[in-house]
Amino acid sequence: MARIVFTPNIQRLVECPETEAAGVNVREVLDNVFASNPQARSYLLDDQAVLRRHMTIFVDGRAIRDRAGLSDPVSAGSRIYVFQALSGG
Amino acid sequence: MTDTILVSTRKGLFWIARRNGSWKIEKADFLGDNVSLTLTDPRSGLHFVALDHGHFGVKMDRSTAKDWEEIAAPAYPPKPEGIEENDAWGRPLAWSTARIWALQAGGADEPGVIWCGTLPGGLFRSTDHGGTWEMVRSLWDHPKRKQWAGGGAELPGIHSILVDPRDSKRVWIAVSTGGIWFTEDSGASWAQRGEGMRAEYMPPELTHDPIAQDVHCLAQCAAAPHRMWVQHHNGIFVSSDEGKTFDEITGVEPSAFGFPVVVHPRDPDTAWFVPEIKDEKRIPRDGRLVVSRTRDGGKTFDILTKGLPQQHAYDVVYRHALALDPSGDRLAFGSTTGGLWVSEDQGEHWCNVTYTLPPIYAVRFA
Repeated sequence: MARIVFTPNIQRLVECPETEAAGVNVREVLDNVFASNPQARSYLLDDQAVLRRHMTIFVDGRAIRDRAGLSDPVSAGSRIYVFQALSGG
Repeated sequence: MTDTILVSTRKGLFWIARRNGSWKIEKADFLGDNVSLTLTDPRSGLHFVALDHGHFGVKMDRSTAKDWEEIAAPAYPPKPEGIEENDAWGRPLAWSTARIWALQAGGADEPGVIWCGTLPGGLFRSTDHGGTWEMVRSLWDHPKRKQWAGGGAELPGIHSILVDPRDSKRVWIAVSTGGIWFTEDSGASWAQRGEGMRAEYMPPELTHDPIAQDVHCLAQCAAAPHRMWVQHHNGIFVSSDEGKTFDEITGVEPSAFGFPVVVHPRDPDTAWFVPEIKDEKRIPRDGRLVVSRTRDGGKTFDILTKGLPQQHAYDVVYRHALALDPSGDRLAFGSTTGGLWVSEDQGEHWCNVTYTLPPIYAVRFA
């Protein structure tokens, strides 16, 4: 199981507690997270299930490369951080 | 008469109420969040709010007895494998809701139906008060839809939706840029409308092409639906045949550029505009904020100034930020610099509610 931590900024809009989920890549892990928290999905992914433009995901300290397919590998002990850029006024 | 106004701003939704003869800010919801548009459904009394959470996407909320609940936002269907679609500027066009730009209740005979127009050009329809949304594929898949182009908003978008008060299956939409489109079968099929409009900035062979027209706002007279008014990127146009053909209104003072237009619900010859100098100079002329009104179908215009700032006012009023209540007497408008004004006599006199709201995107009587 990987451990997933979500940015504090998202919490006021949709509750995303730190959690554990299984999966061999980011897509699988997130799908498992969304299975128990479906409302969170559209806050992270756009209509084509691509990571939203100003969101980023780190797996064990490295930003994922496949923002569309989310195929970056995840191991059982991975720590996944879901962040967003802060911009705008 | 309507005593409540919903004001959508960059930093929240504000409720304006008339109490003891004056208009006051009564409360704020979604404070700090980007509220782009509201709809109050006259059939159900439900309020709908479009939110743009930026990084987290476009969302929609619906009123409950005491508060709000998040409902589904319109979402684009999966883009088929292998399809590469670019916008008119050659940039990849994402099939994803970028903004909710139009919300319109269906007819009285179809409770629960809500229409929603979006950037980058998808039209959606709900039959369950916004609980679920279905994209109108006949329009999205129309071969000419790909000729729609972004203007100031970069992406093309549907900003005006009109449901024929005589027959709910008949619907007009307007696109910036893409002209006017019409269905008479609830969206199963679509035809371009809007002959006679003129886009002065386009190459000569496209100047009069209906699909090249940058309609800023399309409005219809409820009691005389054949009469439609357009505030266009380079002028004001009026139709007397349900939008099939338009005539240009020329010689409009102080200018024919602007974003919103509203039409009196019973008098098709009476319409209001908020003029700005020109497309490349989007501020009121001479720093004087005015509303212009015609009562004779565009032959003449009254320039309404009483109660509006007449020096150093640089307010821009967006296409959804001018509203007329069903009585046809009360008007309200809000500006990009946070000013909000109300008139109770068709624009003869205005009272300022506040100068200090966040940038105002939409004003609606609730």
